[in-house]
Amino acid sequence: MNILVCVKQVADMEAKFKVAPDEKWFLEDDIAFKMNEYDEYAVEEAVKFRESMPDSNLIVLSIGAERVKEAIKKALAMGCDSGVHIKHDKEYMLDSYSKAYAIYEYAKDKNFDIIFTGMQSQDRGSAQVGIILAELLGIPSVSTIVSFKYESGEVEVKRELEGGKKGVVKLKTPALFTCQLGLNTPRYPTLPNIMKAKKKSIEEIEFSYSGNLAETDKIYFPEKKGGAMIIEGDPKELAQKVVAFLKDNGLA
Amino acid sequence: MKTLLVAEYRENKLLESIYECYGFTKQFASDIVVFGVGISSDLPQFDRNVKFYFADSSKYGEYNPDFHKSLLIKVIEKEKPEIVIFSHSSFGWDLAPRISALLKAPMLTEVVEYKDGTFVMPLCNNKLRRVAKTSGSQIVITLQGGAGQSEKGSVTPELVDIDADVVSKYNFVGYEEAEKKDVDLTKANIIVSAGRGVGKKENISIVESLANALGGELGSSRPVVDAGWVSHSRQVGTTGQTVSPKLYVACGISGAIQHLAGMKKSEKVIAINTDKDAPIGEVADLLVVADLNQFIPVLIENLKK
Ligand SMILES: Cc1cc2nc3c(=O)[nH]c(=O)nc-3n(C[C@H](O)[C@H](O)[C@H](O)COP(=O)(O)OP(=O)(O)OC[C@H]3O[C@@H](n4cnc5c(N)ncnc54)[C@H](O)[C@@H]3O)c2cc1C
Repeated sequence: MNILVCVKQVADMEAKFKVAPDEKWFLEDDIAFKMNEYDEYAVEEAVKFRESMPDSNLIVLSIGAERVKEAIKKALAMGCDSGVHIKHDKEYMLDSYSKAYAIYEYAKDKNFDIIFTGMQSQDRGSAQVGIILAELLGIPSVSTIVSFKYESGEVEVKRELEGGKKGVVKLKTPALFTCQLGLNTPRYPTLPNIMKAKKKSIEEIEFSYSGNLAETDKIYFPEKKGGAMIIEGDPKELAQKVVAFLKDNGLA
Repeated sequence: MKTLLVAEYRENKLLESIYECYGFTKQFASDIVVFGVGISSDLPQFDRNVKFYFADSSKYGEYNPDFHKSLLIKVIEKEKPEIVIFSHSSFGWDLAPRISALLKAPMLTEVVEYKDGTFVMPLCNNKLRRVAKTSGSQIVITLQGGAGQSEKGSVTPELVDIDADVVSKYNFVGYEEAEKKDVDLTKANIIVSAGRGVGKKENISIVESLANALGGELGSSRPVVDAGWVSHSRQVGTTGQTVSPKLYVACGISGAIQHLAGMKKSEKVIAINTDKDAPIGEVADLLVVADLNQFIPVLIENLKK
């Protein structure tokens, strides 16, 4: 089995964001980056699947600046066999289509049987790259999977719908799946596996496609609409304020 | 501007989201056409006559991306709309990028607002907003619930039947219903919810004790359910329950759009969060900047007094 998993490195969403002077992105200086949460589920599912198929090869791919190697290395430590880094210093200026196209360019003659991606990224939340990639490759895809089973060339997955309902879908490989939170329990890389991952190769490719269909014009903080009364300080005083709030509103 | 709205049907029922898409387009569109795969006994009704490109679900079944894609592309080729709008649902976010890829048209996901002639999208878990410039003559959009004012009328649309001959490798087997609920949060007056900020399973009991002290039910955000710390019936949000209690207390919950969708109709909201910029502040009346594990016990003490 030839397996590909695509990951993105994103900012820690709890970071204090500051909009960059050109208003196209945020300043990255004091920001911690990590693997997109949805992609952790994609990597875990890919690794589990790879482990059940001894004669397989599992490649992890990421697009971005030098720092995205950290996300690739994490995936390697989780159990991917080798990495591909499509280099682009300003990944945030690329739209979903051009990222999908760049992956397509790499993947089109590799005959991947199964491709996993996260269902969306935590920063942009576009939920497009995986599906567009599948459309470009001309293979079927299922988004938002919360269950994955493989048996002799056939895959059965469950798609998450609204309110806890699921749709069961069957299809044959090759196919692409975008992974939703809760699909599995992503493993933590162990120290020996982190050491082993250091010996795994990461192929570097220059990003060449230039065909953005949409480009970020501006980012900004939303206006606070009335917004919350924010209280800080000594826990006891805070507690008294909360109790007063509850009493004022007839809730305690 | 000609706008094509994509209606969603599930199990032969038209979903109400079409009216929100319709209401939203009032801000910019003049000419509207609609597409859907459903049944002719349940058609959308608007305040004027619109063309409804219709395919019968008895022939095409429940959602299948290949069938829907081929039918929809036919309509787009015929009508040449400048904008194609979907609701940002499991249906919309699956079908829209396929249309974007086929048309090679830019797609804007999860639009929350139309402002100054542009479509606004959330960024970084709702902390920031983003607007984009698009190229070409067509765009594809998915709309976040609540972006548009729902608008329904009483005029039944003019049906135009459409067909497509497609083979699909995608085999929809059936639905699996949500687990039986052991608690009905929609009836609770007070809900105290635990988010990922609780840190570990053992700390759920801290949030639960606040729920007890206030005479409310325990709720939660999704990661806490995914981790198996709390049962799914207590999850609030798009893939859980939609609640509107008198009081909602969000403990260690950042305020992602999918969570807000399930609780923003609460009368009063208190958030307890270490991050004073957490987007939950947008819907909260009171944001207590504190570590919930330290603060909640002190709060319970004070409630007893
Ligand atoms: C299709 C789809 C459907 C979804 N459906 C749902 C849904 O139904 N419900 C839902 O909730 N989510 C849903 N999500 C997930 C959603 O996008 C968010 O990932 C999720 O809501 C985040 O949960 P959280 O706020 O608990 O965690 P986080 O976003 O990780 O936030 C944790 C918060 O805790 C704070 N914190 C950390 N430590 C402490 C402490 N000691 N004391 C106080 N505060 C602390 C942090 O500052 C942060 O704000 C869905 C996502 C998708 C894509």
